Amino acid sequence: MASSVIERVTGRAVVLRGADIDTDRIMPARFLKAVSFEGLERHLFVDDRAAARGRGKTHPLDVPSAAGSRILVCNTNFGSGSSREHAPQALFRWGFRVILAESFAEIFAGNSLAIGLVCVTASPGNVANLMEALEQNSGASLTVDIRAETVSIAGQPDLPISLPAASRRAWLSGEWDVTGLLLEDYFEVERVEARLPYLRTTSRKA
Amino acid sequence: MAGTLFDKIWDAHAVRRLPNGQTQLYVGLHLIHEVTTPQAFDMLAAREWRVRAPHRTFATIDHIVPTDTQDRPFVDVMAETMATALERNCRTHGIPLFDGPSGAQGIVHVIGPELGLTQPGMTIACGDSHTSTHGAFGTLAFGIGTSQVRDVLASQCVALSPLRVRRIEVNGELSPGVYAKDVILAIIRRLGVSGGTGFAYEYAGTTLAGMSMEERMTVCNMSIEGGARMGYVNPDATTVAYLAGRRFAPQDADFEAAAARWLSFASSPDATYADRVSYDAGSIAPTVTWGTHPGQSVGVDETLPDPRALDESERRSVEEALAFMQFRAGEPMAGRRVDVAFIGSCTNGRISDLREAAAVVRGRRIAPHMRALVVPGSQHVQRAAETEGLDEVFREAGFEWRGAGCSMCLAMNPDRLHGDEVCASSSNRNFKGRQGSPTGRTLLMSPAMVAAAALAGEVVDVRTWASTEERESR
Ligand code: SF4
Repeated sequence: MASSVIERVTGRAVVLRGADIDTDRIMPARFLKAVSFEGLERHLFVDDRAAARGRGKTHPLDVPSAAGSRILVCNTNFGSGSSREHAPQALFRWGFRVILAESFAEIFAGNSLAIGLVCVTASPGNVANLMEALEQNSGASLTVDIRAETVSIAGQPDLPISLPAASRRAWLSGEWDVTGLLLEDYFEVERVEARLPYLRTTSRKA
Repeated sequence: MAGTLFDKIWDAHAVRRLPNGQTQLYVGLHLIHEVTTPQAFDMLAAREWRVRAPHRTFATIDHIVPTDTQDRPFVDVMAETMATALERNCRTHGIPLFDGPSGAQGIVHVIGPELGLTQPGMTIACGDSHTSTHGAFGTLAFGIGTSQVRDVLASQCVALSPLRVRRIEVNGELSPGVYAKDVILAIIRRLGVSGGTGFAYEYAGTTLAGMSMEERMTVCNMSIEGGARMGYVNPDATTVAYLAGRRFAPQDADFEAAAARWLSFASSPDATYADRVSYDAGSIAPTVTWGTHPGQSVGVDETLPDPRALDESERRSVEEALAFMQFRAGEPMAGRRVDVAFIGSCTNGRISDLREAAAVVRGRRIAPHMRALVVPGSQHVQRAAETEGLDEVFREAGFEWRGAGCSMCLAMNPDRLHGDEVCASSSNRNFKGRQGSPTGRTLLMSPAMVAAAALAGEVVDVRTWASTEERESR
């Protein structure tokens, strides 16, 4: 996946209410039994969606207007629990490019940054207003502007969003795929290796 | 050296500041397993990169292994494919693999410490959120995703932003029947499942100082359930004594020098913290989760919360959790019926955990409707338990005695819940669907509490249950 600049994302949004949505719910463990990430999007929230059907309801991902959406709007501590990258991978492969939430679990946010899935936060009040507006008009388009740090629904005033300075810089410079950077000027890494005594004294018994 | 253990280890491993402002951090020990690495090795191959430090990388196979027999090929074709991929990747890159035949296989967070790979002052990364376990030794140990596994394989570094440190002091004596598991459940209950976001937790106080390394591992293990990416205990004489003679620990004269260095990483007395909280050990009861995340817990002698008494934001999630669990608001925690008992996992699958559980079940039988499973955290733990005859104690009580692995902690092998069974579990996550059935229900508790629940067929207070039961059977 080549790193590219991401300044702004516009698209329809899916509203997913609920605090502490963990990665076991986003991608149940039985679908981790694979050696590639391909096709994971088919299993996104699969148990939640089946449970909704069982209650005669429609999960937000299954309403017709959800297809082709690029933004997911959530509440607090999204992506908690397991470090499985399968969760952000599935969201990305489903088509999401931005997750807007009140807050994120740390590993989830880090994994998302590594694969080009933008995580931004907004205040509880603004998330609540956005959710309501989107639920009333499910076809509405949202624009998340990373440079301006704003989100707006077509025709309405901008609301502030925030994201860690490091992530913002990474999106705007296109340097979010960091492996190449980590390998640059490798002599500096070797200098650290040379000053860590435990790398030299690792003896082992048979 | 001044500062916290976090500062000292971070500074020793920092390579430089990256253009985006994150720190390039050197990873001293990289632990890998079969679930989160095949894609990382593929990404490496696609870019024609090699593994930079195969001698600082160690592999095991834990999540997918069946625990009734480890004979190959595994019956589950996909499990076999994953095992084969790990073996091939380890062979190609010269990475040591602790698989079944090695005799040292087990859950990655159990074998790292028991082999002496985990040593104070290290940075440790693994594609698994419970890597925080290794913080018990005074390390910066953290979970990473698959793309970061690729980064570490390729460069032995990760890009990370520093954390703030919250000092969590627990002081005093734990009451009989109260364990390390209850301490961490009580901490998460108060600070919340996202209260630790942006923090490393430094666990301290007289209670922690008095704990064995295995107990400290139980506490640090669940840091991530409180939202903290890392948790650690400052190294002390207990840490040093645990490591003496371990396979990968420095030997003889090297050990003395290493021990002195290890102790020097401990936070200095004048270190400053972003936050401090404290607990009184005596006020902690055996704790049980009633909901769908590890923060939703009560003391076993308490009642379940009533959503009507809560504010709007909390009410909805409590209502939803109670509905999923099929529990009624305000009913007592004790007395909830359980169908399955699971003793194991990287939280509580070590020898001391099995001893504590065995002490409860010895000479008794599980309730007739129960299915009960003991899964040692590693082959070492399994052998130790069998030498002590614990396997017999469990078998005679009606438990199944299994081989080492993650098993029903996340049910990527055949061990799983069926339908809406309720499981008393010594593991770390009670998320919906976690134990393999989308409607399965998990109650987290200490191994001794799981053992007591297995015998009673319902949630009971291990502090009083044994005596009550004897009275009634007379
Ligand atoms: S025992 Fe459970 S939590 Fe621990 S590594 Fe295995 S699956 Fe993860």
